[in-house]
Amino acid sequence: MRGRFGAPLSTLGARGLGTPLVASEAMNRVLVIGGGIAGQAVCERLRERDPDVPIALLCKETVPPYDRVALSHLLAGETSRDELQLRPLEWYADHDVDLRLGAAVERLDPDAGLCALADGSALAFERAVLCTGSDPLLPPLPGIDLPGVFAFRDPADCDAIAARARSARHAIVIGGGLLGLEAARGIAGLGCPATVVHLVDRLMERQLDEGAAALLLEAMRELDVAVRLDTQTAALVGEGAVSGLLLADGSVLAANLVVISIGIRPQVALARAAGLAVERAIVVDDRMVTSHPRILAVGECAQHRGVVYGLVAPIHEQAAVAAATLTSGTGAYAGSVQAAKLKVMGVDLVAVGDATGAREVLAADAAARTYRKLVLDADGRAAGAVLLGDTRGHELLLDHVRRGESVADPLDLLRRASEAGAADLPDGAQVCNCNGVCKGAIVEAIRARGLGSTQEVVAVTRAGAGCGSCKPLVRELLAIERGGAGEEPAYLCPCRKRTREDLGALVRERGLESVSELMETCGAGRDCGACKPGLAYLVSQVRENRHREERHARFINDRVHANIQNDGTFSVIPRIRGGVTTPAELRRIADVAERHAVRMVKITGGQRIDLLGLRKEQLPAVWEELGMPSGHAYAKAVRTVKTCVGTDFCRFGLGDAIGVGIELERRMEGLYTPHKVKSAVTGCPHNCAEAYVKDIGLVAVEGGWEIYVGGAAGATVRRGDLLDTVADGEAAIRLALAFLQHYREQGEYLERTYAWVERVGIAAVREVVLDPAGQAELLERYAIAKAAADPDPWLERHDPVHPKQFAELDSEPEPLTPIDIVLAGAGGGR
Amino acid sequence: MTPELHRIGRVSDVPLFEGRSVTLAGRRVAVLRTPDGFHAIDAACPHAGGPLADGIVADACVTCPLHGRRFDLRTGAELGGHPGVTVHEVVVRDGELWLRLAPDTLPLAA
Ligand code: SRM
Ligand SMILES: Cc1cc2nc3c(=O)[nH]c(=O)nc-3n(C[C@H](O)[C@H](O)[C@H](O)COP(=O)(O)OP(=O)(O)OC[C@H]3O[C@@H](n4cnc5c(N)ncnc54)[C@H](O)[C@@H]3O)c2cc1C
Ligand code: SF4
Ligand code: FES
Repeated sequence: MRGRFGAPLSTLGARGLGTPLVASEAMNRVLVIGGGIAGQAVCERLRERDPDVPIALLCKETVPPYDRVALSHLLAGETSRDELQLRPLEWYADHDVDLRLGAAVERLDPDAGLCALADGSALAFERAVLCTGSDPLLPPLPGIDLPGVFAFRDPADCDAIAARARSARHAIVIGGGLLGLEAARGIAGLGCPATVVHLVDRLMERQLDEGAAALLLEAMRELDVAVRLDTQTAALVGEGAVSGLLLADGSVLAANLVVISIGIRPQVALARAAGLAVERAIVVDDRMVTSHPRILAVGECAQHRGVVYGLVAPIHEQAAVAAATLTSGTGAYAGSVQAAKLKVMGVDLVAVGDATGAREVLAADAAARTYRKLVLDADGRAAGAVLLGDTRGHELLLDHVRRGESVADPLDLLRRASEAGAADLPDGAQVCNCNGVCKGAIVEAIRARGLGSTQEVVAVTRAGAGCGSCKPLVRELLAIERGGAGEEPAYLCPCRKRTREDLGALVRERGLESVSELMETCGAGRDCGACKPGLAYLVSQVRENRHREERHARFINDRVHANIQNDGTFSVIPRIRGGVTTPAELRRIADVAERHAVRMVKITGGQRIDLLGLRKEQLPAVWEELGMPSGHAYAKAVRTVKTCVGTDFCRFGLGDAIGVGIELERRMEGLYTPHKVKSAVTGCPHNCAEAYVKDIGLVAVEGGWEIYVGGAAGATVRRGDLLDTVADGEAAIRLALAFLQHYREQGEYLERTYAWVERVGIAAVREVVLDPAGQAELLERYAIAKAAADPDPWLERHDPVHPKQFAELDSEPEPLTPIDIVLAGAGGGR
Repeated sequence: MTPELHRIGRVSDVPLFEGRSVTLAGRRVAVLRTPDGFHAIDAACPHAGGPLADGIVADACVTCPLHGRRFDLRTGAELGGHPGVTVHEVVVRDGELWLRLAPDTLPLAA
């Protein structure tokens, strides 16, 4: 009998099992033990090389393999728990991988080719790959078990840390490595002040030299993360729960949340009990085979040439080698160059290979806080790089370090790296470190599969699906491949590969008036339906609001003119122009809120008032009683115009911010836009209304008004570009409206102005909007669209588009009663 | 035992490519209308309870309004491999909608 893996098996000698198990079991099966990034990668590489070999993936955890790297984003609230999963469950069925969740391997008998699971069952295998990863290293300090002390390793840790951060007054992270810093920043971002306590005299000492570490320290402090270096912890203290850290010097630091992030402890118990050679981790040779020929090891549990890697890029390289060893016996691993990126928003840091060496060249600018260093070894070969603040070209440098290339002129290489675009990278250069995807593979996928959007490229190649920091480069590669100088926008309808331009042309040329007609004409919107709101906007925009409105194409918010919330109820935000209200209006809002037992009344970040937690059936009655128009807070439409008190009251006021703001809001409201549009008008450059960071921001200056566009202070923070400076408020409003119309016509659906202006460039926007003829045409089209726009969709309460617009099959909308009757009826003495 | 048919409303109560919900035997069900006719599935998205009757409907699927999970209206399967929903039976008679819960479903709290 010959094992399916040919040569290597022969070294096993007699199979020596003879147990009845093998007869019924797939005896040529490969068992992958541990469903982390390593286990998943081994399954994928193995399946690519051999479509038939039976593979079983045994996971101790009860969830399918997930992306541990993204836990930092989870803690920072930048992703959600179910986006972490590496592959959907279908993938395992489609690729014939027998995924077993909650299946912890308790014992392994390499000679017999058997393993025992915690539930008492046994599995036979021909080869097993240990991918058991590691546990967090927890120091044996007194108090380590106190409630409030956490490791940072799995989703449950994230949830626990986040929950505690919301109420804790102060948090301490022990350990100033990559992970510790990410944890501290995540906690600070949740509003809990955080301090990093680090044993040695500089942050990330394993990846950084002193110069970069010093700059990093400043950057972290600016992000509200305090740092104490050279600080040793003696114990964790607290009654019932942690309340602080006792330091070796006898002082105490207060903290009711402590996160320990000092390193990892490879999971070797199973291997050791099976008699495999174990040092710091499970010892493997260049084929990734352990001391027993039947067992391989990959990932954080493996030690290769004395090194245990704690990063994902080496794991992917090891997995490929292990798959080659299993299928052809030809795997050869020579070790990996380590490249670490800090995933902290606002701090760009990449460290590759060695931080110090025989020869170092450095380009640094303390004021701009950039630091770019290239390290060469004694033979003049690239050995490492540290890039902080400006990480351009790190892929090129990593490629040189990987290949150990001789560098004759290191300063020149540094300079070239800072100019290197996607086109200059060699095919072998790794673009996505998280998933180990090189440029060549991305380019090939784009060509072979005709990929058209960054989103598709990420989905197919998985480049950019990890920490996400390489996405801009992926986008650049796509733009080059598609031959476009600029960025090729995503399809409005990806299912039918239809762009906004194509579809707009169809609407124009065929005189289509509704989304249904467009769906019938070209099929867009029929498969998944996700693009229907985009189609609805497109049709309304091209036909200047003289289209046939169809609610099925609108998101639920635009069917009931309110914002859906996490429990299926809705919120109501009436228009309060410029944030200016009156006592009578406030009283009315208060009455309505009381009468309908509104769950919460909240002052919004947009200078207006939100009534939260209303049922769909209550909406018409609430609107009727409010007697105020819709604030469009639920729509991709013109939202707010925030103002400051300006010349009306303020001693610094240079312009009538309130007057101009209210007028601007009147002139814009009711219009739908590619994405929401928020504005502000502020009375002087103190900028109390935050006009520099709005889609459209007007700032009064000595002798006139400045108009800023493309600003943002949401998920992205961007200072708006100065479009122009004009003499008076009316001119400023006209320019703002011309800009708005240009964006309405040219922006991609769901592209905020900050992304659009960034993509096309402010110069291109100026060219159209500041040209007198161009501006006049924009304003004319704007006036036409505005005249046909519905200024107040809440009036549908009197004339619903459908009898069940605000109700379910078994409910009815509440009857309308105008507020004065309500009040009179209530007999309230007001 | 096959559950009985219950009258739940009129055809005109559910516009084309939209959905509305109804409670039957303690179970909240979303009734959705496509060019092929009517479909009924559990109203609550298994992810976080999103109201599927308020989703965007395409030829044969509905997308949850809260976080975008997408369900095949014929099978109830979630298209990204997440847990699916139970499919119930809708019958149209003389302009009226009748609903029969799937046989293997125990009534759930609404
Ligand atoms: C109510 C309000 C929060 C508050 O209590 O203050 C709010 C609530 C929501 N915001 Fe906001 N945003 C609110 C002001 C803001 C602001 C501040 C502002 O407007 O000055 C910002 C930053 C400015 C900006 O828009 O960039 C803001 C940036 C966002 C973003 C990030 C947009 C971005 O691209 O950066 C989202 C997500 C999105 O649009 O995809 C968002 C999305 C949301 C949604 C609509 C999420 C959703 O789709 O359900 C929230 C609705 C919650 C609910 O249950 O009703 N909200 N949101 C504020 C309403 C303002 C108003 O009166 O209309
Ligand atoms: C918050 C955080 C952020 C990170 N950020 C980055 C980053 O930006 N870049 C980077 O390169 N790296 C990063 N890392 C490190 C990276 O995540 C790890 O190197 C990698 O996930 C290790 O994968 P693994 O599969 O080897 O081990 P693990 O992820 O530990 O997986 C091992 C799996 O095996 C299971 N297992 C163990 N024993 C058994 C058994 N007996 N039977 C069955 N199953 C078993 C475990 O339950 C576990 O699911 C980060 C790590 C964390 C925690
Ligand atoms: S209101 Fe805005 S910031 Fe708050 S949770 Fe919702 S989207 Fe996030
Ligand atoms: S509740 Fe349906 S996708 Fe989240």
